[in-house]
Amino acid sequence: MNNALLEIKNLKTSFRIRDDYYAAVDDVSLTVNKNEVLAIVGESGSGKSALAFSVMGLHNRAKIEGNIYFKDHDLANLPANKLNKLRGDDMAMIFQDPLTALNPLMTIEEQIAETLLLHHKNLSKKKRREKVIDLLNQVGIPRPEHTCDQFPHELSGGMRQRVIIAIAIANDPELLIADEPTTALDVTIQAQILDLINDLKENMNAGIVLITHDLGVVAEMADRVAVMYAGQIVEIADVHTLFANPRHPYTRSLLHSIPNIDGGNDKLHVIQGIVPPLHKLPREGCRFAARIPWIDTSAHETNPELHEIKPGHFVRCTCHNQFYFPDEKKKEEQADGIS
Amino acid sequence: MWKFIVRRLLITLPQIVLLSILVFVMAQMMPGDALTGLIDPNIDPAAIEEQREKMGLNDPWYIQYGDWISSALQGDLGQSFRFKMPVTDLVEQRLINSFWLGLVTLIFTYIIAIPLGITSGRYNDTMRDQLITGYTYIGFATPLFIFALVMLWVGGFQLGWFPTGGSVAPGLEPGTFEYALSKFQHLLLPGLSMALITTVNTVQYLRSEIIDTKQKDFIVTARAKGASESRVYNRHILRNSLLPIAAYFGFEITGLIGGTVFIETIYSYPGMGLLFMDSVLQRDYSVVTAVVLLFGIASILGALLSDIILSLVDPRIRIK
Repeated sequence: MNNALLEIKNLKTSFRIRDDYYAAVDDVSLTVNKNEVLAIVGESGSGKSALAFSVMGLHNRAKIEGNIYFKDHDLANLPANKLNKLRGDDMAMIFQDPLTALNPLMTIEEQIAETLLLHHKNLSKKKRREKVIDLLNQVGIPRPEHTCDQFPHELSGGMRQRVIIAIAIANDPELLIADEPTTALDVTIQAQILDLINDLKENMNAGIVLITHDLGVVAEMADRVAVMYAGQIVEIADVHTLFANPRHPYTRSLLHSIPNIDGGNDKLHVIQGIVPPLHKLPREGCRFAARIPWIDTSAHETNPELHEIKPGHFVRCTCHNQFYFPDEKKKEEQADGIS
Repeated sequence: MWKFIVRRLLITLPQIVLLSILVFVMAQMMPGDALTGLIDPNIDPAAIEEQREKMGLNDPWYIQYGDWISSALQGDLGQSFRFKMPVTDLVEQRLINSFWLGLVTLIFTYIIAIPLGITSGRYNDTMRDQLITGYTYIGFATPLFIFALVMLWVGGFQLGWFPTGGSVAPGLEPGTFEYALSKFQHLLLPGLSMALITTVNTVQYLRSEIIDTKQKDFIVTARAKGASESRVYNRHILRNSLLPIAAYFGFEITGLIGGTVFIETIYSYPGMGLLFMDSVLQRDYSVVTAVVLLFGIASILGALLSDIILSLVDPRIRIK
């Protein structure tokens, strides 16, 4: 019955700033099921990428507490040599910036073949090349035999992202983490890459964690969505519930910020303030409180927790019960005045 | 690839021609000429003038340049009045000495610098790194001749392990094993004192390149593939960090030809640097001109070599 592929329990990833450690991912618990696309959404600095890097064990000098269960291993406490057996094989990652994520001195073939070589040592050179060409075909590169011998600088951004995807899927991973895979690309190329990931999803049989700040991407790709703010998950729900009935003030503000084509001359909604820097983040009370100052402070919990308001729909803090947008209030008042 | 090299070579030719003109014109502008130092000043000025006319010294500069360059191309760079021998033979001897000294220096430099640079870059901001950077700061701050003098005093006089001057012990037959050994022994001390200074640059270059490279995104990609730490360093970080060192190598080669004035003077090692110093002081014009020309050509060729090496190791440089 257990359908969970990846189980993150009370994960806390802290970085050192001067002499103290500050948590960028603060007590996150999350489950990724087999064959599911879980989207993690949030602003820059909300800890999405730090979370993904913790799972892959790619942080250099971070302190990681908690547990990350994946295939009978606890990734948070796994020695490097065992972790290296999983990385690139059972779990893989697609990176944000295709322009810098490839080694400028190695040919495309060498870079893809490296993953194959590291996990299938007995594959002959010829077999590896065949497999590389096959992979390049899969990710939609038009002349794979030619591209094999090219260097990254000879390819466009979209092509490079396809190569990075080819590296990630080379060993049929069970868990694929895509860290903002389209952020650095042109809009038209973004659509192509998303289509590609969608196609791969069908054939791959893998759990995918999609990290993004683009709600359009979420609506198109995800099965479930986790919204992160300041290192915490503030809301989790399946994608339909989240778009139809968002609860947490942060989720509602994000959705409210999307310009509406019928909106006429209304000003775009902007969430006040910024995500506070790591070392200035208040660690007590509702972390979003500072950005919705018009909400009465008594609406927040002292120790905000995730509440399951409907099966599978979790929301942090109680402030969502009393939340409204200032312009809504104004409209209501205006309406009251007229009547 | 070959097109790039050929094109680069074609640019080099006019550079060398221009250089030779400049060197010649500057030599002409120096006070005095080939006769001034040779002739007894009591001789009748009219006779000197006649001699001048005969030797073509009163011709306009471009005709003189033509004479000079055409004989230079045939290997005749004139006569050294001080050594009373053809400049070509003189330079050849010195060039060979300087070449060996440069080579030993270069080998010492890389043997010392590459491990230090790698350690320093990989374990940056640790005790090890601080010791190494500490050495480089001392190296930067200390003038070359102090290093050389201390080494000479300790290794040559106090311990007496090494000869203190010259390029070979007297009385040995060229071609024998003892001769080669003595040459090598004469090279060690100057080569090492030179290397201790030149190392400093290479260590710093390598250190900062490694620190820079290890934060690049493609290193994260390599780790995400499951590459071990040693593979990440050897395959990805080191190769990318050696690019500037490879580029610098061309210029280091220049040093092989140029020799070094300080080291050669302190160890009285008969190389190009010492020849240049002496010739300038003695107003040995034909030698000075030849040596300056040679230094210039060496730098041009060094730059050429750097470009070619870089185009070999970095695919981004290869121009189609």
